[in-house]
Amino acid sequence: MQESAYLLGQVFNGFSVASLFILAALGLALSFGLMRVINMAHGEMLMLGGYLAYMTLQVVPGPLGILAAMPVAFLGAAILGGILEWSVIHRLSARPLDTLLATWGVSLVLQQAARNMFGAIGVEVVAPTWLNHTVSVDSGFFKGLDLPFTRIFILIVAALVLGGIALVLNKTRLGLYVRAVNQDRPTAAAMGVNARRIDLLVFALGTGVAGLAGVILALLGPVTPTVGQSYIVPAFLVVILGGLGSLVGTTIVSIIIGLFTALIEIFVDVSVAQVLLLVFVILFIQIRPQGVISIRTRALEG
Amino acid sequence: MQPKYVIGVIVLLSGTAAPFIISTYELSLLGRFLALSILAMGIMLTWGEAGILSLGQGVFFGLGGYCLALHLKLEGLNLANGDMPDFMVWSGVSKLPAFWYPFASPIFSLVCVVIVPGTFAAVFSWLVFRRRVGGVYFALITQALALAFSTLLISQQAYTGGFNGLTDYSTMFGESITTTGAAKVIYWITFVLVVGAYFFLRWLLASRYGMMLRATRDGENRVRFLGYDPVPYKVIAFSIAAMLAGVGGALFTLHAGVVSPALVGVVPSIEMVVWVAVGGRNILWGAIAGTLLVNFAKDLISSALPSLWLYGLGTIFIISVSFLPAGIAGIFRAGSSEDRIVRRFLTRRKLSSAE
Amino acid sequence: MNAIPAPILLMENISVDFDGFFALTNITLSLTPGDLRIVIGPNGAGKSTLCDTIIGRVRPTAGKITFKDKLITDLPEQEIVRLGICRKFQTPGVLPTLTVFENLLVSAQKDRSWWRSFTRSSRVTEILRAEEIMMQIGLQERRDVFAADLAHGEKQWLEIGMVVATDADLLLLDEPTAGMGPQDTQRTAKLILSLLGRHAVLVIDHDMSFVEALNGYVTVLHQGQILKEGSVAEIRADPEVSAVYLGRSDDDHIIET
Repeated sequence: MQESAYLLGQVFNGFSVASLFILAALGLALSFGLMRVINMAHGEMLMLGGYLAYMTLQVVPGPLGILAAMPVAFLGAAILGGILEWSVIHRLSARPLDTLLATWGVSLVLQQAARNMFGAIGVEVVAPTWLNHTVSVDSGFFKGLDLPFTRIFILIVAALVLGGIALVLNKTRLGLYVRAVNQDRPTAAAMGVNARRIDLLVFALGTGVAGLAGVILALLGPVTPTVGQSYIVPAFLVVILGGLGSLVGTTIVSIIIGLFTALIEIFVDVSVAQVLLLVFVILFIQIRPQGVISIRTRALEG
Repeated sequence: MQPKYVIGVIVLLSGTAAPFIISTYELSLLGRFLALSILAMGIMLTWGEAGILSLGQGVFFGLGGYCLALHLKLEGLNLANGDMPDFMVWSGVSKLPAFWYPFASPIFSLVCVVIVPGTFAAVFSWLVFRRRVGGVYFALITQALALAFSTLLISQQAYTGGFNGLTDYSTMFGESITTTGAAKVIYWITFVLVVGAYFFLRWLLASRYGMMLRATRDGENRVRFLGYDPVPYKVIAFSIAAMLAGVGGALFTLHAGVVSPALVGVVPSIEMVVWVAVGGRNILWGAIAGTLLVNFAKDLISSALPSLWLYGLGTIFIISVSFLPAGIAGIFRAGSSEDRIVRRFLTRRKLSSAE
Repeated sequence: MNAIPAPILLMENISVDFDGFFALTNITLSLTPGDLRIVIGPNGAGKSTLCDTIIGRVRPTAGKITFKDKLITDLPEQEIVRLGICRKFQTPGVLPTLTVFENLLVSAQKDRSWWRSFTRSSRVTEILRAEEIMMQIGLQERRDVFAADLAHGEKQWLEIGMVVATDADLLLLDEPTAGMGPQDTQRTAKLILSLLGRHAVLVIDHDMSFVEALNGYVTVLHQGQILKEGSVAEIRADPEVSAVYLGRSDDDHIIET
């Protein structure tokens, strides 16, 4: 395999990892922009999506099972997310750090529940045969480059979801309300926007997207009770660097971090890559503490 | 004499006499949990008094623990002879890594137990705080730190003992540390350090520094616009907490006879916050009481019904944070002006003002 | 004509550009020691941005600010404060879990270096100063009450007290009467007038009755520019000002956000 092909393969890998980060971080970022809270149980929404995909495939086997699993996972995670927002997060939302801790408690309970229901080892979701192809480059500069179909599929899903959310935010009335509450909650509320409902809807939307991401994770490896954990920490870092609730910021940073991890792993092992990622984040903060996309605020304590 | 002094004297006396009252096993548990409570007092300082939530205290706990463990693994080996710790031999390492050598000195190791976590915490938190990154962001970054640290420990098997960590110690300062007599001595050392840390923090919080720390927590920008630089106050609090975590880690390593990545990662780091949340984040003795309570409960429940414990831990977290923000210690203070203010402060920020 | 005393604060051709939105354009303003200046203007006129720019919270895109003949445009915030400018914020910025007295003590502290904060006590002079200001703002009865438990008006006074306690030569008071009734407003006006001479004071407000009670030199901001300057009576009589500001006095009560 040529070096150029290997490098391009890693770049491609980086983009597919970035796609997962986008899907995992999108909901976190949107809710963080609205409510300034982070849901530590967001990783378990990925896990839930994975298990729902597994269960859907039991009911709907065959090539289209995975497509059926996507709406199921989206709805399932969105409903659970809605309940979580309504029961815990909304009550604590004036205390962001306490929300962090309480939702971590929720995450523990959900993980344990999954362990009791499906076992600690994890379940396998077999990718349908139409995803089992690989695009190979046989000649030319990039000879030897293999692009697995699953990873192309991830890219497509992420692009569609991102486009969909952007459309909702920019073209619909709901999106207008979201932007209004984002900018200035009291004024939006004074204008008759039901900020409470916007919080709930956006939160459920975000967890739904995480559920979708869970289906994709299920295609990549076994679904375990802690499957969400491995993606959630980078997703948190994406939210930090992306800037408050910014769609564009989240996307840019997901791509940066995705490429960073994929390319750095050419030189060092995964654990060192993790350390270097953290170093990268801290260096990034030195240059742009407000994140990639920033909004200005007038409040004394932001 | 006021009741609180009576209680204080009783606690001191029973704590000192504990080795003669309770069984060896119970003493070993109590010793471990008291070691953890030193770390918990540090969390009270940063989280309760400074408003800095760290989800990475396990890192500093681990640094302290490993600094001592490196020495304990070298104790009794003839380095000039090319002797090496057992796990390195099994891993096929041919020569002791250079960074291990200084830890042959017990004094150097003991100094490192405090200095390494303290310095690391100071540099790390200064880099973050000076750019005015705090709150939720800081919590998430410290969590990433805990993840990176534990993954690194596991992957560098040949230098750190990997997943199993460092275990199987026999002596320190030439004395055996595995006998029941030694266990008592280690317990007393721990107890003295807990009491010392308690009074040190009481002094610190009563000082002008303590007032400035609370002022910084209440309104970092207000303090800045009164002409103060809030960063050093926060960095110092975070570093002191890290040093306390390091001491706790070293003592725990002595008690448990092992230090491993399983004790320093993401989950144990958050668990440490639970102890303080349960005990009371703004009250020093609450941090100690919470640590003992949660850990004894864990010991009881998890040995019998391990899966129940995780449900329990999760639920304790949700309930204590949602309904008992001042913790158990808060119940004892219910109605006092101090308690009211804590509650008021905790519920103060409405979304409208958090923009 | 007598020589005009050297200005303590001099803003020259200040412009602030928020990513294409000109919050301030070409502002020139000077203030002499011990003097009073009132800045009024409709919502979004740039009044708070003016304060932010002086204390370094917002950096001007053009122009320079000198304070006591020292260029402060690029100094860190706490350095600017240490030179002698202190600001009261729009929403009261008191420290909620500290008592009234502690709030004032933190502000009155002369030595603001962290390494000397480990000594237990404050200096006697600082304690006396805090007590004195507590009398001045009328909160002596509330000495050991947590700031969070104060009424809204009391919080405003406490923050004015904190700003005064720093002994800054220039005080910036951003809407000191926001949320106050007429009685408290008049009391606040008296309090501010009692500060003049010892401190130069720049007040931002909406409330015309308050502005009249202060009766100082007024600068009217409109869309980030200085529209008019003059005495309260002159401003009252100015048709242009009435058109942009006074004519819309019905939305005076809306707090600028």
